[in-house]
Amino acid sequence: MSIKGVAYIAGAFEHPARKAPGKSVAQLHAECAKGALEDAGLSKDDIDGYFCAGDAPGLGGLNLADYMGLRVRHIDSTETGGSSYLIHVAHAAQAIATGKCTIALITLAGRPRSEGSSGTQLRTYGVNMPDEPFEIPYGAVTVNLYAMTAMRHMYEFRTTPEQLAWVKVAASHHAQHNPHAMLRDVVTVEDVINSPMISDPLHRLDCCVVSDGGGALIVTRPEIARSLARPLVRVIGAGEAIHHHMGGRVDLTHSATVWSGRKAFEEAGITPADIQYASIYDSFTITVVMQLEDLGFCAKGEGGRFVADGNLISGIGKLPFNTDGGGLCNNHPANRGGMTKVIEAVRQLRGEAHSKVQVPNCSIALAQGMGGRLGTRHASATLIMERQ
Amino acid sequence: MASFYQDRDIADPRMNPGDEPYFDAASQGRLLLKRCSSCGAYHHYPRALCPVCLSEAVEWVDSSGTGVVYSYSVTRKGGPTDYCIAYVSLNEGVTILTNIVDCDLDSVRIGQRVKVVFKATVGGAMVPMFSPDEGKAASA
Ligand SMILES: [Zn+2]
Repeated sequence: MSIKGVAYIAGAFEHPARKAPGKSVAQLHAECAKGALEDAGLSKDDIDGYFCAGDAPGLGGLNLADYMGLRVRHIDSTETGGSSYLIHVAHAAQAIATGKCTIALITLAGRPRSEGSSGTQLRTYGVNMPDEPFEIPYGAVTVNLYAMTAMRHMYEFRTTPEQLAWVKVAASHHAQHNPHAMLRDVVTVEDVINSPMISDPLHRLDCCVVSDGGGALIVTRPEIARSLARPLVRVIGAGEAIHHHMGGRVDLTHSATVWSGRKAFEEAGITPADIQYASIYDSFTITVVMQLEDLGFCAKGEGGRFVADGNLISGIGKLPFNTDGGGLCNNHPANRGGMTKVIEAVRQLRGEAHSKVQVPNCSIALAQGMGGRLGTRHASATLIMERQ
Repeated sequence: MASFYQDRDIADPRMNPGDEPYFDAASQGRLLLKRCSSCGAYHHYPRALCPVCLSEAVEWVDSSGTGVVYSYSVTRKGGPTDYCIAYVSLNEGVTILTNIVDCDLDSVRIGQRVKVVFKATVGGAMVPMFSPDEGKAASA
């Protein structure tokens, strides 16, 4: 059984806030839900399925369903970190196909900027963690677990810091047109290389922003989507996969995206050459290079050369990516970039991206998410969508 | 440029039941690995069941304590001192997350031979880290 064509993304909303010290996380979730419903032209009581992940305060989706007054007959709190929301779209399509719900709401929100979060902080997932006694004493934090992946990539494939910097340069070219983006200045390769070293070889400008905010999506049945006044965005392929080290068999040269991408392309019946726009999870510049290779946009090891010289800049390069500015420039709400990846892909397919970055006649787009850490254990999700 | 290793406050391992032999051995200057007597695979971090075959017949064995740097990164922001996180591939064939210590951190390289040393956490537990294995030629 396939989810191809069984569900449409009928509503999408990105919260405009980048710093929201006076708002609760629950309020931000609810504001995102309201925004997505208004975008779709639906009302709260239409929702009969609710999806959220670990950024949602409470027991799975229960506390937020209560806060928002949702009466749903299907609930799913699949948690894979930043890739959760792409998986939620796929799971919503499955639930819709099997009659478990007809109009699904997915929300994400958080305020790590107001709370002083940083990628150099030790982050614990609580008690009973089997791996943390063997990782926390070593100062294993988000940035250095990605940095080790970048270091090995440079060693194996002669990828250069300048090539990685091109990912940020391309994102900044897009962010200059986004009035909500946290960082709107266009930067050069030299600006990235000359920014402070955070963890070799990743500079400050190789790292995504820390922002408050959130986003929401509405996924529904084809006939309901057609009854609404919005452009039709059909889900045609999805894949999810995890990767870890199987007890010390460490290989940092590829990610779970190898498998999630393959499954999504097979389901959609297309190849990377068919993709006109790609949202690629960009917690760090290396994250983008790794996923582009593993999705098959270029051969393994060629990612550095692929992203160089503006190849990701809309209107200039062969693969326009993250035209909202992405996590590197626009926002990374709740330290999770998967939701905004789907939202910008929907904008592109609707023809509603900023005119300076809109891909002409964009009819097939991909969104790629990564959760956890590339250096230890992570979950990849790939979503392919089509305009009808 | 040189960033010589400096001692830093090392966070305590929040041990789970079953981890005690590993840290007891570390306090005696020994690095233990788990080896499965059903499938023969070594693994790290240590589990009560083999992650390759789920056998419960896993036993503690002494590691040679030597290996090569698989990857590393010197983290230069977020704390009072620079530190070098690394993956070290041990002679037994498993790769361990660790720190490289007692050297110029800017001299660390992938493929460098290293040997185990032990450092104390703030609470007094000992954890294995690695320093350059002097006299051994570097190799990939
Ligand atoms: Zn075994």
